[in-house]
Amino acid sequence: MTDAGAVSQPSLRWWQRSRSLDPRYLIAGLITLVLLAAQLRYHVVGGYERLAVALLTCTITEALLSWFARGRVVNLQSAYISGISLTLLLKPQGATLWPFVLGGFLAIASKYVLQYRGNHLWNPTNFAISCLLLAAPNRVSVLSHQWGNDVATNLVIWVFGLVIAARVRVVHITLTYVVSFLVLNSLRATLLHQPVLPEIAPITGPMYQLFVFFMITDPRTVVRERRWQIIVAVLVAVVETAIRFGSDQGWPLPTAFNVGPAFLALAIVGPIAKAIDLARSGAMPRSAGSPATS
Amino acid sequence: MPDKAALRTPSHQGLRRLLIAIPFLGAIIAAIRMDAAPTRAPADVTHPGFTLRDETAAAGIHFVHHRPTLDPKIANIEPHVAALGASVSVADFDGDGWPDLYFTSSKFGEPNALYRNRGDGTFEDVAASAGLADLNRPGDGVSMGSVWGDFDNDGREDILVYRYGYLALFKNIDGHHFQDVTEAAGLHRWINSNGAIWVDYDRDGLLDLYVTAYFRDDVDLWHLSTTRIMHNSFEFATNGGKNLMFHNLGNGRFEDVTDKLGVGSTRWTLAAAAADLNEDGWPDIYLANDYGPEELYINDHGKRFTLQTPGLESESKSGMAVALGDVFNRGHLDAFVTNISEKGYLFQNNNLRVNELNDPTQRRFHNVADPVVADAGWAWGAQFGDLNNDGTNELFVVNGFISDDPKTSYWYSMSKIAGANARLFEDAKTWPAFGHASLSGFEPSRVYVNRGLAGWADVAKSVGATDLYDGRAVAFADLSNRGVLDVIIANQNQPAILYRNYPDSSNHWIELALTGTRSNRSAIGAEVVVETSGITQRRIIDGGMGFASQNDRRLHFGLGHTDWVDRIVIHWPSGAQQILSNPAVDKILAITEPKS
Repeated sequence: MTDAGAVSQPSLRWWQRSRSLDPRYLIAGLITLVLLAAQLRYHVVGGYERLAVALLTCTITEALLSWFARGRVVNLQSAYISGISLTLLLKPQGATLWPFVLGGFLAIASKYVLQYRGNHLWNPTNFAISCLLLAAPNRVSVLSHQWGNDVATNLVIWVFGLVIAARVRVVHITLTYVVSFLVLNSLRATLLHQPVLPEIAPITGPMYQLFVFFMITDPRTVVRERRWQIIVAVLVAVVETAIRFGSDQGWPLPTAFNVGPAFLALAIVGPIAKAIDLARSGAMPRSAGSPATS
Repeated sequence: MPDKAALRTPSHQGLRRLLIAIPFLGAIIAAIRMDAAPTRAPADVTHPGFTLRDETAAAGIHFVHHRPTLDPKIANIEPHVAALGASVSVADFDGDGWPDLYFTSSKFGEPNALYRNRGDGTFEDVAASAGLADLNRPGDGVSMGSVWGDFDNDGREDILVYRYGYLALFKNIDGHHFQDVTEAAGLHRWINSNGAIWVDYDRDGLLDLYVTAYFRDDVDLWHLSTTRIMHNSFEFATNGGKNLMFHNLGNGRFEDVTDKLGVGSTRWTLAAAAADLNEDGWPDIYLANDYGPEELYINDHGKRFTLQTPGLESESKSGMAVALGDVFNRGHLDAFVTNISEKGYLFQNNNLRVNELNDPTQRRFHNVADPVVADAGWAWGAQFGDLNNDGTNELFVVNGFISDDPKTSYWYSMSKIAGANARLFEDAKTWPAFGHASLSGFEPSRVYVNRGLAGWADVAKSVGATDLYDGRAVAFADLSNRGVLDVIIANQNQPAILYRNYPDSSNHWIELALTGTRSNRSAIGAEVVVETSGITQRRIIDGGMGFASQNDRRLHFGLGHTDWVDRIVIHWPSGAQQILSNPAVDKILAITEPKS
């Protein structure tokens, strides 16, 4: 039965309707899928209290700070994504929960404190992880092999990740980074007379999947033009390779650089690139709204 | 109505941003402070109640473990693959009332050592004359550990040596000499094993044998046909060797009943321990698996085992050892499983699992490891025991994986492949070359004092356990029959250590030396509950526990200032129960199982 009085709308297929969907919902959906797959198959969370604490900290912080700074509570999607990301990535000593509290707070607060021309510069989760790795290496580590080493699970993430990255129009960033990683680290291995396989092996791990789909592609912290996005992705891989080179050579780097070179590389390159981009564009401060980032 | 946000001027926004920056900076400072802060309030380290003194040399123990040299095809990670094999097991093999020690070495041509306790505080190595020295030979493999048990119930302790290679079973002939009966027993099996336990799973009075496997049994580490020998996951590997259960037929022979009983895990098991964990009268088997979750096999009346994971599945780790002990004096055996922790890189965290299998509302283990106990470095062997005789268990954990060049760490290299796809690291050739790097080397042992609800405190330094060797196996034994637990440690590629224990109080104690009649003579599997002034302590005579280790047969109980025991309940492996009322304390009581 149809409503004769209703205004007729052209019927849209689901994929056509999905084109108008806020990208944040797609990203939130993907990371929820990742969480579910990882938990159901590998118990990767390590205790549901971690998930609860991270999610609550992120969402409450976002709600409070947005109300305080902008006079209204913003959409909490990005806080949700940050909470899930932190739960997946942080692996603390023992059953301690404070890294999820501090990490969640730092992730969200960084968006309100570390701004330039009204935009935040760091991907929130990247900032929180890098900050905790540098500040608390004796208590915090990051996702390594807790997520099995199974190609099937990784494939699922890659397929969904690529589809959604394409939809959000950031797939070129993901692919540029991956290709750059492979080329640069193969070169590094050759230069150091090391076998190539161990040097490119990390890209097949779960930490990198989260990195290439949820951090380096963050729509709110990438630069605007496609050409520059590609250049920045290459630069992130270059800096990461330089960090790895330093680790190979036994440079006295903080442990964080050995453990999470990709995180640190993005934390160094990303904000600089974003700041330059904002300066070039002359972007004006935004009076309201919240960053839609993880 | 105008938007509130529109009313906020840039100066207002700047001020509010500044206000948010204050807790933001506070959070960063808090993270730095939390990193530097002790995980718990320090214990009263000046009064842990005992002192450990390294009296290895004075005791005449000069054993040094040697690691094997393997097929050059895996030379790039030989230090890693060859990083096991130091073990120690305790038994009174000559029946003179003094516990003796057996250490294994793991290099072709290097002898194992059997240290006979002279009873005067010194030991002599009699392995050669006993026929237990020359066990590391090309073609046979190299020793990884041993377990003592009177498998033929003749009153003399026999010994099984497990190897990367063939099993070796030695019958104790006369208390001085041993005869290799492996072939006759039907145990001539190539199995790359790091652990074995004696357990009378069917309560027929004969010790059966459960052998854990690490590498597959088609892997000969000296003649590799492939380098694809490594695990297929760092957390969920299932391509290890198959654990085997051998049923003791009573005529000197054993029968492989692995498949019949359903206990053939292929999860790279490093350690096993058996006890009646659900207290139904039948011994269950708890496995600590490397690269995978722990496993609990519940014994169904000796007919079959069912694999259960009650609370063990929440996190998958790298189980290295399993020790069973009554952590909170509840009268139940809890489990401690060691894992890997390395600052910044990996916190797998040790598990201290409280046994609630008998609680009808729980039916599971509950992990209560606080950060102090959870992080013992790259932890290996562990044992519970009352080192200060105060009536509660201490927990001794040895650790450290590979100590070589202190300036070079393999952790960065390890991090490259640890998260990678399994196809890459399953092949040993893919691993970055080890060279002379260390990997969690030079770690101090942990000696945890149990402070009840206040948690655990590491008192290793204050009690004198200060060595930095790569500990693998640790065993407890009252070596001088003083009512005190001494500590014996086997270190990988390094000298063994004897820490003699000197409690600084006059706490009381009681020890039980059990002899089975209907049960196996060694009384392995007997569980004893001591009840004193409302305190209940449960201990078990182990047929192998920890990692590559076995403790003194005599069960030791500290009593604190209480100089009496209300009663002792002995749960014999046969199923019989014996109650002793008001036994004498500060003595070693010899108890024989009633025959009817």
